[in-house]
Amino acid sequence: MTRITDSDTTTRNSSFRQAMAWLHTWAGLTLGWVLFFIFLTGTTGYFDSEIDRWMQPELPTAQTDTNAAETAVTLLQRLKQEAPEAEQWLLHMPVDRNQPYAGISWRGASLDAGASAVSGNLQLNAKTGETLKGRETHGGQQLYQMHWRLHYLSRSYSDWIISFATLFMLVSLITGIIIHKKIFREFFTFRPGKGQRSWLDAHSVLSVVALPFHLMITYSGLVFMGFSFMPLIIAAHYGTDSDARRQFFADVFDPPGMTQAVGEQAPMAPLNGMVAEASSYWGADRIRSIDIRHPGDRNARIIVSENIDQSVSSGGQWMVFDGTNGKLLHTASSATSPAKGARDLLLGLHEGLFAKPLLRWLYFFSGLLGTGMVATGLILWAVKRRQLAERRTGVAHPSLVLVEKLNIGTVAGLPIAIAAYFWANRLLPTGLANRADWEAHCLFLVWLAMLVYASLRSTHRAWLELCTTAALAFGLLPLINALTTNRHLGHSLSAGDWVFAGFDLIMLTLGTVFGCTTWYILQKQKAAARTCKATHAAIREAL
Amino acid sequence: MGLCGWHLASLIGAALFGGYALATAAGIFIAAVLPIPSGPAALTGNLLSFMVYTGAIIWAFSMQKPARAWLFFLLASALLTCIGLALQG
Repeated sequence: MTRITDSDTTTRNSSFRQAMAWLHTWAGLTLGWVLFFIFLTGTTGYFDSEIDRWMQPELPTAQTDTNAAETAVTLLQRLKQEAPEAEQWLLHMPVDRNQPYAGISWRGASLDAGASAVSGNLQLNAKTGETLKGRETHGGQQLYQMHWRLHYLSRSYSDWIISFATLFMLVSLITGIIIHKKIFREFFTFRPGKGQRSWLDAHSVLSVVALPFHLMITYSGLVFMGFSFMPLIIAAHYGTDSDARRQFFADVFDPPGMTQAVGEQAPMAPLNGMVAEASSYWGADRIRSIDIRHPGDRNARIIVSENIDQSVSSGGQWMVFDGTNGKLLHTASSATSPAKGARDLLLGLHEGLFAKPLLRWLYFFSGLLGTGMVATGLILWAVKRRQLAERRTGVAHPSLVLVEKLNIGTVAGLPIAIAAYFWANRLLPTGLANRADWEAHCLFLVWLAMLVYASLRSTHRAWLELCTTAALAFGLLPLINALTTNRHLGHSLSAGDWVFAGFDLIMLTLGTVFGCTTWYILQKQKAAARTCKATHAAIREAL
Repeated sequence: MGLCGWHLASLIGAALFGGYALATAAGIFIAAVLPIPSGPAALTGNLLSFMVYTGAIIWAFSMQKPARAWLFFLLASALLTCIGLALQG
């Protein structure tokens, strides 16, 4: 009797594990290439502002050493010129790597009163107030925003694709943990040179070593998508029209004490007093932004925001001032409720804006591990089925060929496309119309070309050739930089310019890594050819 | 996996659509029963709904019974939504 129960449980257990393995495989594969794109372009985001600066070599070095009160006055002066009678003025202060330069943005300005645009934003020289003019590019910001905007799609499509890709990632992670019985023993197991088994080991190691990061980044990714992915929860409590939605956002996100404009003119209080008060409260030079609502109105409010370098959370503290007499009305944490605090914490962890250099590198490597996890999973799927097909019939199913081609064109092709984005930044003429858009077009055109190329070549040749291309594409970037700007590696190293030196050195490292991969593949293919020849010779001799 | 053809398609449908319904219903329910202002309450429901969704998908596949999964998801979602809407008044 007990024996039957035992085997019953075993069957149920193995059927459960089989179901989880099936779910893991298909949840991972279905949107796997989208996930690879998300992980790789998202990882570049941990160095977004460094990439920004490399992509605009004309700009001066970071201006984070400026005096906050003077900068505020300079920026306000520009806003008065650019955006009279606006609903909102925003002053971005140069505080740290996240904001190396000052900037202004506005919305609802009056063109009749002489505004340069209804809404806009400008990057300014904090000392002179002049617009910082570099080559036209959307820089590292555009590159990392691709990971949730998918660039060409409208939000109504991209949000759903990203949401489901992220959900599938979370399901894959959980089912991966379930089917991975001996998670710690297998963590120390790596069997190189064993085909499918080596890919499985690599997939396990890459997944387990940064598992907390993978879980955090995936769940917080869903939280970013939360309002568009699960809109009905808020609609059930607020209603479905846009006013109701605005009310929800005001309830959760607005600082306390916000008011409507009354339409009566009143002179604005000088910013110096507010800057001084905020500095005495938070410490010197820790103001991230100054947000002016209804400037020039009797009901104007000025929200001074604290820099977020001292907390993991994506929101710091706020000080809300009366815009006409400069009196402090409220001091509040942007975590207006525990739920908002939890959301801020998850988003802060995801973006890693608080991270100092060492932790930033850890974020970057964790992101690369995630990218590698997706890549090895995709390759494992194909290697497994290729071995089966060759043992059975020798003919590969078209779906297997499709996965193999997509794998090469994406896993090796997308890095080349990203390198092309940087090449385009240096080589496209500065006068080109829509130059910034063309940089992105170059990325996607090169990716497309790599996919087409991979589909035309045999699998072995394609891996080898694309890895060689990637090695050259990254390895030559420092040279291209040296030929097209005066900020070459020698100059940046001797000047201690770690943003430029760091970028060039990372590109050289990537080139070397792809070069080593090429060499490794070449050795393996040679060895395989030798074994093949030896077997043939042995057979001939035996005959 | 013991299922194939229409049974498998039905199970995938139950996990994706039924799971989505359950996650939304659970969010509405959580937002209604929490004794805090409606803004943060709705946000809490929203933050937790993804756990429900993921759990629902995994549960549906572990059970491998499409009809039962559909039935459970629809009944539970209807029940949670009704209670949630009734409580918020």
